Amino acid sequence: MPDALSIVVVETDRERAFMIVDGLRDAGEFDIQVISEPSGLARQIQMRDPDVVLIDIANPSRDVLEELTLASGPKDRPVAIFADRSEDGLSAAAVEAGVSAYVVDGLQPARLKPVLDAAIARFRLFQRMRTELAEAKRALEERKVIDRAKGMVMKARGIGEDEAYALLRKAAMDQNKRVAEVAQALVTAAGLLA
Amino acid sequence: MSVTRIPAGYVPLTDAAPLIAAQEMGFAAEEKLTLELHRAPSWSSLRDMLAFGQVDAAQMLSPVPVAAALGLGGASAPLSVLSVLSVNGTVIGVSSALARRLAGAGHSFAFDDAVSAGRALLAAAGPDLRIGVPFPFSMHAELLTYWLKGLGAEMPRDIGIRTVPPPLMAEAIRCGEIDAFCVGEPWGSMAVEQGAGALLLPGRAIWSFAPEKVLAVRSAWADAEPGLAGRLIRALWRAGRWLADPASRGLAAEILSSRRYLDLPAEIIERALSGSFTVTAQGLQREAADFLGFHDGAAGFPWRSQAQWIALQLADRNGLDRAAALAMAGRVFRSDLYRDALRGTGADLPGASSKLEGAIGAPLLAAGESDDLSLLPNRFFDGRVFDPLAAG
Repeated sequence: MPDALSIVVVETDRERAFMIVDGLRDAGEFDIQVISEPSGLARQIQMRDPDVVLIDIANPSRDVLEELTLASGPKDRPVAIFADRSEDGLSAAAVEAGVSAYVVDGLQPARLKPVLDAAIARFRLFQRMRTELAEAKRALEERKVIDRAKGMVMKARGIGEDEAYALLRKAAMDQNKRVAEVAQALVTAAGLLA
Repeated sequence: MSVTRIPAGYVPLTDAAPLIAAQEMGFAAEEKLTLELHRAPSWSSLRDMLAFGQVDAAQMLSPVPVAAALGLGGASAPLSVLSVLSVNGTVIGVSSALARRLAGAGHSFAFDDAVSAGRALLAAAGPDLRIGVPFPFSMHAELLTYWLKGLGAEMPRDIGIRTVPPPLMAEAIRCGEIDAFCVGEPWGSMAVEQGAGALLLPGRAIWSFAPEKVLAVRSAWADAEPGLAGRLIRALWRAGRWLADPASRGLAAEILSSRRYLDLPAEIIERALSGSFTVTAQGLQREAADFLGFHDGAAGFPWRSQAQWIALQLADRNGLDRAAALAMAGRVFRSDLYRDALRGTGADLPGASSKLEGAIGAPLLAAGESDDLSLLPNRFFDGRVFDPLAAG
């Protein structure tokens, strides 16, 4: 039985880092370390000398890891992005889920698979959470704008709330736009004229 | 013909302008295309998005597709270059501490001469100069290496080139992680604005016609979709022509500054478009003519000799076979597809697909496919000439 794989997770958000580590622990025996401070990232990773590095694709510091693909000395272990070696569309799935893995050359694909599977599952979850949060934020923003536009129409025409909303909706349908877009246009125009 | 959607990626930089203008100003629509633009957080992620088909086209650092062809870096699919999106457009800057030492030694921050600026930098920096670049495979890294080696620096013994993502460049220089940087605009100007450093040179002072960003696609996609590739090339050629018109600068800067694209002040973005720079935190003004090119001098033409120059630098640094590198690189820049797409549109198409890099000292009338065309100076700072036929 080979030694436990050593994995470095680069993640600045503590909450997310915990979730990734938990996900990996469920998948097998690994020696896991988290780097949360991106400065001097390449040096930090070289010092820890892991078999696998996992990093969020959205993290701009990912480009720093590209340096590790060029071994600059005989003692350096060159790393390759996982994509070179993994099969069954695993790497495409990882990119799609938003995780990158850098892997030391020569690591068996079979040993990497459970790590990637677990990381992909976690990152998919993050992606869902991110989308849901963005969606909720957008809905809230839109409601605020629609409320403001409704108030303007009510005041300008001396009509009730339902009637004002009906007017906005009709304008939206006539112009083949969403109510929120029409409301935004009204609020912007009113701002310019005020 | 119905409208075709092409997912396309870019990194938020001033020179992402051609892709953004193609979509926003209707040049894509003229070719019945909609560019679905994806902002990428880093070059490696954009390269992977392209390799795995999340996007079909991408703005790319010119050395990345060449490096991929040579098997360098974490690339995973062969990439082809359809056109050059921008020429030049980077700046070299130094930390405030280093700027003070340079000024103390009498350097005038003239922002034009690579020899005097380079000598002053090497003298002021002392041993162990650390310079940040956005990516290991970048024109930034190539220009720095060519320049400082040319001035006698031993690399990598005296000078360490580190990767720092552009938005983090100002912070890296402030906290002393690096002493200098070479970065695409607007991140050099942002560093000046934030009081972190001063600008020393425009990249073009080292090579006056360096292919900076290219339009990259998967080679398999280029082979399978020659018609689409042609429409994309034409849309971007028209966007480049629009961007090159000084009357477009204000609007281009406004569009780029919006929240969905760069989300940075238009005034700072416009500096690279106009070539009018604030080079120190104290407000010293400098003009850099032809700072960033999108069109003039057949800027979009993917010269095989440009790819081969890049390949040779990469081969030398990484101990690869020079002749093999030259041969492979020649196939990455697809001047054939570029010609097919633009023949008959009035675009300038040179007669040859390779040229002597570094040999043009003043605007030059050259033989074209139909009419003569004007080429711009492509000098290296040290006057050397790269002949792809004699190299290898």
